Amino acid sequence: MKQWKRVIVVGASAGIGKALAEALLKEGSSVALVSRNEGAMNAIAHRYPGKALVFPHDVRHYEEVPALFQRIAHDLGGLDLIIYAAGIMREYEPHEYNFTKDRETIEVNTLGAFAWLDETAKRFEQVKGGTIIGISSIAGERGRSGNVPYFASKAALTTYLESLRNRLSKYKVKVVTIKPGFVDTAMLLNADGSRKSFIPWLISPERAAQLILRAASRGKNTAYIPGRWRFVSMVMHLMPSFIFRRLSF
Amino acid sequence: MVDAVDDYSESQPVENVSLHNSDEGPSSKNGQNIHSSLTNHHSSLTAHHSLLPHDRLEPLKGWGGAVGAAAYVYRPSTLEQLKECFELAKRTGKHVTLRGAGRSYGDASLGRENIVIELTRMNRILAWDAKTGIITCEPGVTIEQLWRFAIEDGYWPPVVSGTMYPTLGGVLGANIHGKNNFKAGPIGEHVLSFDFLTPSGEELHVEHGSDLFYSIVGSFGMLGAFTKITLKLKKVYSGDLDVKVFNPANLHELFEVFERQLPQSDYLVGWIDAFASGNSFGRSIVHQANYLALGIDPIPAKTLRVAYQDLPDMILGLVPKSIMWMFLRPFTNQLGFKLINWAKYVSSRFSPKTEFRQAHAAFAFLLDYVPNWKRSYGEGGLIQFQSFIPKETAEATFRKQLELCQREQLVPLLAVFKRHRPDQFLLTHAVDGYSLALDFKVTESNRKNLWALTSKLTEIVLAAGGRFYMAKDATLTPDAFRQYLGEETLSKFRELKHRFDLDGILESELSKRLEIR
Repeated sequence: MKQWKRVIVVGASAGIGKALAEALLKEGSSVALVSRNEGAMNAIAHRYPGKALVFPHDVRHYEEVPALFQRIAHDLGGLDLIIYAAGIMREYEPHEYNFTKDRETIEVNTLGAFAWLDETAKRFEQVKGGTIIGISSIAGERGRSGNVPYFASKAALTTYLESLRNRLSKYKVKVVTIKPGFVDTAMLLNADGSRKSFIPWLISPERAAQLILRAASRGKNTAYIPGRWRFVSMVMHLMPSFIFRRLSF
Repeated sequence: MVDAVDDYSESQPVENVSLHNSDEGPSSKNGQNIHSSLTNHHSSLTAHHSLLPHDRLEPLKGWGGAVGAAAYVYRPSTLEQLKECFELAKRTGKHVTLRGAGRSYGDASLGRENIVIELTRMNRILAWDAKTGIITCEPGVTIEQLWRFAIEDGYWPPVVSGTMYPTLGGVLGANIHGKNNFKAGPIGEHVLSFDFLTPSGEELHVEHGSDLFYSIVGSFGMLGAFTKITLKLKKVYSGDLDVKVFNPANLHELFEVFERQLPQSDYLVGWIDAFASGNSFGRSIVHQANYLALGIDPIPAKTLRVAYQDLPDMILGLVPKSIMWMFLRPFTNQLGFKLINWAKYVSSRFSPKTEFRQAHAAFAFLLDYVPNWKRSYGEGGLIQFQSFIPKETAEATFRKQLELCQREQLVPLLAVFKRHRPDQFLLTHAVDGYSLALDFKVTESNRKNLWALTSKLTEIVLAAGGRFYMAKDATLTPDAFRQYLGEETLSKFRELKHRFDLDGILESELSKRLEIR
């Protein structure tokens, strides 16, 4: 598998981001961990002395990004890969429409990605190379009736990543869109800590990380994690609206 | 496979990559888990002035192409702009690396994620006296500019490298030598005076012969920038040199030819077929060149023209030189170069042409004969391992080196042999002896073995009391560096560093690798 020497993982304290950071650290990469949760990042960093850097940061503080990004690139001695894995999914009651929650979701899942990846794109265009991995979701494939802002945020992220790929490919920059299905993270827990009921093809974050890095090192543009979700996506896309809206998910 | 954007490969194998923290400056130590807290540095992160413009970022490489690092590049055209660059570095908390034409083989002109000041635009010739040959230049003037400017007045740079593209600033930073080192010394010996700007903004005028002079020349950009250089060029009475070719059949003969020819040579250089073994081990071609005395050249006005010196555009009148490197590419492997080395030796050995006249440029700038020839080495580039060994132990040492390369099956594709003489410069690479420069092709798969080999070669050099040359180096370790220079020299150098660059603003990938502070 390809080895990236210098990596930033945004959203590195938990879930897929954490698993990716650890997988890369195990491979010998130098990784800058970025997230709000300093304690969780320190716990990771302790296990990889000299290889992990900790940068506490709230992805909604967009104005911090350019300086922080430049500083991280300096401290890492360059940058070969960035992974945007920060993401939230708020719970909504059946009849709830809540702009505060909507905005927060878009801010973290989408705008934060724009802030970090725009900055990355500027750099990668200059140095003519680099890899960007965006953790989008199968949830962005169609506008289902469940968690509206989450689906919208991921749909926007997916399109953003595709545009970025088309814009940067002539500079030998690789942009990889990752669309996981169900991954066993805190996102799948109910408020009381119990796991949600219907979860098909559930995989661990570690397995997801492994599949994501494999797809990226094979030069994939888009990867479903695991791959069988591609067929679900195809079916969803083919389904006419009058059927799709009657489905209960 | 290792993926690194601005350098697909580094001066160290990947597992040795370590992190440093910007706030700790040049003294940050590897191998520590560094915890950067946003809150502690909040002001510096949000303050806009700490940002360098992203479009200044360039993926720079050492000339050999085996080491690279992205940096924010500034190209001042005046002394004032140069000062502003240092100010910018202080304001943004960045280090500065000085760079000329980027012709150092290794990492001497690279500064990862920091500010690189490239002095190529300060390239004016400020004064010229055709009677004395004394010329005053800005540091970005290249050797090419120099000879093209002066030759019609009958002057040639007293010391030149194998390529004409380095800048004078870079040339003085490395204190380069040429094929006439045994006679003319390094370039520094021909410099009459220079102006110098330190990172703290101090401007010095340094005259030849002072202690400071011998310490600053050859300090590879660690103390400050040359801003004005006055040197004396060599008077020549013809654009041609008298060239003689010798073909020593083995290493011992090579040394014999050199010792015999030295007293009556202006230039002397040997090329060794590093692939040859057995009785032919060390077989070589030696070129001797001498200046023509006054009145020997019947048409000096013609031979001293720039057009006469210019290298032909076509090779054999058939192939444009600009694409020649592509034809070399299939041969830049052990088998291909064995063939080329053999063909070169044999054709020289049996050539009836052993004495001829050749233009200065054609003799001096062999490396420019095939433009971009390094591209033929492929993506991984090349490194050169050059060591300088006292004459008493040189033959045995070079024998050991070449045998080791053959045993490890990492034979240098090019091996160049020269004679040197000692000089007074503080960080000199010269010895009363010989140097051997070995060019190795770097690939992803041989990288680790190659670095292991250079480490063994370094041991051999140190045991023989040898020295190294910063313009070429890409592999030396801090220990080896300390060992060959000695503690006394280093502490003297550290004193100067302290005096001129207290905050340690000037650094390079080379200085970091060798832990020079």
